[in-house]
Amino acid sequence: MLTIVLQRLLWAVPLWLGITVLCFGVMRLAPGDPTQLMGDLDPKAHANAAMRAQAGLDDALPVQYARWLGQLMQGNFGTSLAPDGLPVADKLMEALPLTLWLNGLGLGFVLVIGLVLGRGLAQTKRAWLPPVVNFGLLVLLAMPGVWLALLLLQWLGVGLGWFPLSGLQSYGAEDWPWPSRLADMLWHLTLPLLVGVLGSLAGMVRYAEGSFAAAWRQDYVLTARAKGASPWRVQQHAQRNALLPLITLLGLSLPGLLGGSVILESLFALPGMGKLFFDAVLMRDYPVIMALLTCGAGLTLLGNLLADVAYAWADPRVRSRGVA
Amino acid sequence: MPSFSKQLGWSLVLGLLLATLVGPWLLPFGPNTLHLDAVLLPPNATFWLGTDTLGRDVLSRLLAGAQTSLSVGLVAVGLATGLGVLVGWLGAMGPRWLDGLLMRVTDVVLCFPTIFLILAVLAVLEPSLLNVMIVIGLTSWMGTARLVRAELLSLRSRTFVAAASLGGVGRVRVWARHLWPHLRPTIITSACLGLAGAMLAETGLSYLGLGVQPPTASWGAMLAEGKGVLEVGWWLVLWPGLAIVLTVLGFMLLAERSDD
Repeated sequence: MLTIVLQRLLWAVPLWLGITVLCFGVMRLAPGDPTQLMGDLDPKAHANAAMRAQAGLDDALPVQYARWLGQLMQGNFGTSLAPDGLPVADKLMEALPLTLWLNGLGLGFVLVIGLVLGRGLAQTKRAWLPPVVNFGLLVLLAMPGVWLALLLLQWLGVGLGWFPLSGLQSYGAEDWPWPSRLADMLWHLTLPLLVGVLGSLAGMVRYAEGSFAAAWRQDYVLTARAKGASPWRVQQHAQRNALLPLITLLGLSLPGLLGGSVILESLFALPGMGKLFFDAVLMRDYPVIMALLTCGAGLTLLGNLLADVAYAWADPRVRSRGVA
Repeated sequence: MPSFSKQLGWSLVLGLLLATLVGPWLLPFGPNTLHLDAVLLPPNATFWLGTDTLGRDVLSRLLAGAQTSLSVGLVAVGLATGLGVLVGWLGAMGPRWLDGLLMRVTDVVLCFPTIFLILAVLAVLEPSLLNVMIVIGLTSWMGTARLVRAELLSLRSRTFVAAASLGGVGRVRVWARHLWPHLRPTIITSACLGLAGAMLAETGLSYLGLGVQPPTASWGAMLAEGKGVLEVGWWLVLWPGLAIVLTVLGFMLLAERSDD
């Protein structure tokens, strides 16, 4: 087990380097350099040779990259170009929990609903059911998240008035006791969560359906049924193997979730990573963009790493053979 | 006889193509013609799908938006498919070190949330139709590359390929006559899915205001314009959304495996 963890960590190192190179490269596409940008903001500090030298911009690109990477590894992302001038790391830490919670909760719901639906579809005896449900899921998949969000916002938010339209807490909620504050927050998160879950449900259901159907066809399941094991027992046999591929799917769905939060958080005015990123893009706040780009990819890398280790933990075959 | 889903897919896609090509010739109003005396009209006999906040005919804009969406989709997917096939082919047919390098690069790009990457590049460049096409294309080739590589690796070890090579058939001919025909369905499927994805991406980008710039009509931009007047002008949000769903659904249905 330890070997696998080490092996995967070793595999992640070049990928991490690749991610940082790509981030650095994308930002270097920008015309001009940061001193010019600062010059635009503050006339006194207009770009000059001394400032360029001080900021290390006269060094060769690889040197600049190495310095940036070194600071990055120490958690130093520089300061934001926004008027507040806060350290990027502070902004990031402020935005991260909300996005993690939103996506974590969403992923949990998608997983549970997806598994139940997928298993039901794989084992149902009503032949007409799977095509109908699958078509419905395909329609869901074809919907732009924005549109779905706007429709639900209009229907459940404006029309029926069940849920708040945006934000994270009600006016004056800071003074409430914490249970009602938490309830208030969850109430605010319901609509974004619903949109997020509906958006990524289809893939999970279809995948789970295929996975369960494949497990159901295995010889050992047939053996179990033939020897008269109870349906519940057979289910247990099949389930273990059906769940395996889903671990990988969970790891793979991370970038999509993070990306989806850009539109969701902008639409519902939630102060998470997606909103921070979008605002940074509009203001051309390069340090923030760079930090978020690196973090987003880093989180995905971490997710894939965890998924691989979890897979090895769940599947003894992988553990004994080692990871290819 | 093609399956029901294939038929539906073809009808949706061909219907869209027809409407896009023929529609603008038949409609009395241009997509950017202002009718300031007919602002925010619900669907009626003159303006079949209503008018927007500037009194523009929604149907005309919808069809103009279809051209935008389709051209973004086609160029982006053309780029992504070309790049994907090239990378996959080099990985499968090239030397080992190249394969390793290319696959690691693919892994790296796959780690990025696509929207993050697209937005970051658009923050650096100017948002424009061409940039949107290129950026979407450059961030969506990875799936095709992996598919093509895997498919080629398995095809290459099949006996009919070995037989052809041993029989003295040249490499170019083996590729053109024995490998490519088996690869084609895979590529077409992934291109159809890619088109669906690219059109959804364009919608999201234009909605955020970083895609197609006004006054060019685009479905995502129409959604964004309609958002502000959702309560008094439901049709401004309903139609473009419906158009996207039907189009994307059409391409997704074409991509469905035909065995079910």
